[in-house]
Amino acid sequence: MTRRRIIAVILILFGVGLAYFDSYPFLASANQTAWFYRPFKLGLDLRGGSHLVYQADTSDLPAGTDIGEAMSSLREVIERRVNAFGVGEPVIQVEQAGLGASEVHRLIVELPGVTDLQAALKVIDVTPVLEFKTERSEGKEKEAIAKAYEKARTQYEKGEAITPDPLLAQDPQFVPTELTGRYLKRAQVQFTSQSIGPTISIEFDGAGAKLFGEITAANVGKSIAIFLDGILKSAPVVREAIKDGRAEISGDFTVTEARELVRNLNLGALPVPIKLVSTETIGATLGQEALDRGVRAGLIGLILVAAFMILWYRVNGFLAVLSLTIYVALMLAIFKLLPVTLTAAGMAGFILSVGMAVDANILIFARLKEEMRHTDNMHEAISHGFSRAWASIRDSNLSTIISALILFWFGTSLVKGFALTLAIGVLVSMLTAISITRTFLLSIGVRHTGRLNRFLFGSGFYLTAKS
Amino acid sequence: MFVVKYKNLFFLLSAVLIAGSAWSFLNYGLKLGADFTGGSILEVSYQGSRPEADTMREALNKLNLGPIAVQLAGEQDVIIRSKTLTEAEHLMMLKSLPFSGAIDQSPPTEKRFSSIGPTIGRELARRGILAIILVVILIILFIAFAFRKVSRPVSSWKYGIVALIALLHDLIIPVGVFSYLGVARGFEADALFLTGLLTILGLSVHDTIVVFDRIRENLKKHVGLDFAETVGRSLSETFSRSINTSLTIILVLVVLFIYGAAATRDFSLLMATGVLVGTYSSIFIASPLLVVWQKFSSRVK
Repeated sequence: MTRRRIIAVILILFGVGLAYFDSYPFLASANQTAWFYRPFKLGLDLRGGSHLVYQADTSDLPAGTDIGEAMSSLREVIERRVNAFGVGEPVIQVEQAGLGASEVHRLIVELPGVTDLQAALKVIDVTPVLEFKTERSEGKEKEAIAKAYEKARTQYEKGEAITPDPLLAQDPQFVPTELTGRYLKRAQVQFTSQSIGPTISIEFDGAGAKLFGEITAANVGKSIAIFLDGILKSAPVVREAIKDGRAEISGDFTVTEARELVRNLNLGALPVPIKLVSTETIGATLGQEALDRGVRAGLIGLILVAAFMILWYRVNGFLAVLSLTIYVALMLAIFKLLPVTLTAAGMAGFILSVGMAVDANILIFARLKEEMRHTDNMHEAISHGFSRAWASIRDSNLSTIISALILFWFGTSLVKGFALTLAIGVLVSMLTAISITRTFLLSIGVRHTGRLNRFLFGSGFYLTAKS
Repeated sequence: MFVVKYKNLFFLLSAVLIAGSAWSFLNYGLKLGADFTGGSILEVSYQGSRPEADTMREALNKLNLGPIAVQLAGEQDVIIRSKTLTEAEHLMMLKSLPFSGAIDQSPPTEKRFSSIGPTIGRELARRGILAIILVVILIILFIAFAFRKVSRPVSSWKYGIVALIALLHDLIIPVGVFSYLGVARGFEADALFLTGLLTILGLSVHDTIVVFDRIRENLKKHVGLDFAETVGRSLSETFSRSINTSLTIILVLVVLFIYGAAATRDFSLLMATGVLVGTYSSIFIASPLLVVWQKFSSRVK
């Protein structure tokens, strides 16, 4: 008994702790650097933003190309672009649908807070750029650019505004050439006997081979820089003029680096063209409105359910509400910790799960009331009530979990959010309804099923007659 | 138990409801939203007085973007549905929207825009139907498995079939109601509608299982009892639980309907309808059907 009471007190304290953890980000005194500061993750429909779906056109890829790999490098490139755009927490996913000939590959881009669709589209709708640049020869031009950079740097260090200068747009080290990824036929990782690490072999198409020949002839002993999306990837040194359109880049690559570089090179040469097939933009005010309404509906729903439970099930109802409150605090903490991205549909799933969490308690109380008719021993009535209700709770909740799993598996992101919160809710509610409510009931320590106790632990309008 | 006694009355009520729903569905069909058919939805909000729907229609029709539906929503909002728009067409549409009232002329602000390609929509519909079929099959298998030790006087697969009938009952009626709402209130079935149907599936079986579970237990406990009496006893024992549970769930859904986000309003109405008919069918249809089936097969023997 004393042990149960201690556990009950610990459970309540645990619930209070969870509630503090849940509400901490909303407190005025919240410290963002505290280790337990964790804001909720909100979906686009609650915070506003854009959801874009691109379909990849893989029909032009040569046979045998690993489409999955092409898609993942596409994803990386888009991610870089989006990050450069300065969006917080973008989500970029590759999705595959259909099988065999009808197989389609899609890229899903979620940009929270971005409602200017056009600006976002501009950033994304560019295929990756592969460029070859040559070393800038020493001379007046290089000095002028270097000087301009030097000036900008001193201004920056002093905290002054930087004077605009067209020279700053140029790279002091390299000069662009005509040769781009358009001329690349393919790139491959190779292992040769001459070098220890892997090398990368490049093959240009006809026009590319000619250009490459000219460039290498003019730059023997110098380096040619390979830029992908404006970022310097590698700058191999040219040993001799190359006429056959084949080149080898040797350097201190690890195998992983070489593979990545090859993938990027192939991507520059064989970009997967993408087409925008679906867009969704939600204004920030609409999101805020949905969030406020969802929270308010949740609170009102909880209060009404609590009132009903206490009025109908009396002491039991009060204990159920206590464990229900712990359930809600626990769920919110799980949402923050996993984290679960909350959407309007997800909140609906959660609110629904509150209703279902109550069901487990109702099942138990109905059983308890019945058992109290058969025995004088309250402790026995409680344990029988729980164990007999368990089969119903388990079987009925399993059917809901089956539906939720299939929803999660098949659904779009909207449906997934709903299914996830519902499934977690049903699982957690089984735990809280069974173990927490029971601990509370047993810790009260009522021994006999007397008239008063049958009233207090009974339900409905009538006294439970003892048979 | 009065449920078993007057079962024909309840069967009749359900038959009428199902016939009405089927009639509504066959007559009106279900209006599919852009989520399934592809298309665009633009929702804008006006400050001050918003223009008449006709004025907006006239302005938008000049763009030659195919058929355009203009619907006033709430106090300030307007929802415009059209074919799948490109970003250029979307901007064009935004620019050509008429300004608000005569005195303080101001352009509307965009609250939401979605443009869904037709293939994406078809895929969602296909996935949805597949999901419903899968859920149904898995749940029937699950029930047959959960009741595998019960074979007398009704074998376990019959529980599964009866649960399936109750489940179809719980699906057909909400679909019928919403096909009528499509005509009466302009309701369009979207992805959330599909989600709602799938959840109703789960809840419907949830309710039916609780009653069946009690039948299973009482069959073991009261061996001498007639099957009809056992079912009646189980029903009266689970009656208050069934009512109270649906009451709390419906309570929550009504709150969600009144105070929840606009996006989940239709959803909560659908769910409330589903929970209502689901509870009804688990008490008044599923269990009496078991009795009828048992009587019928014992007569045949």
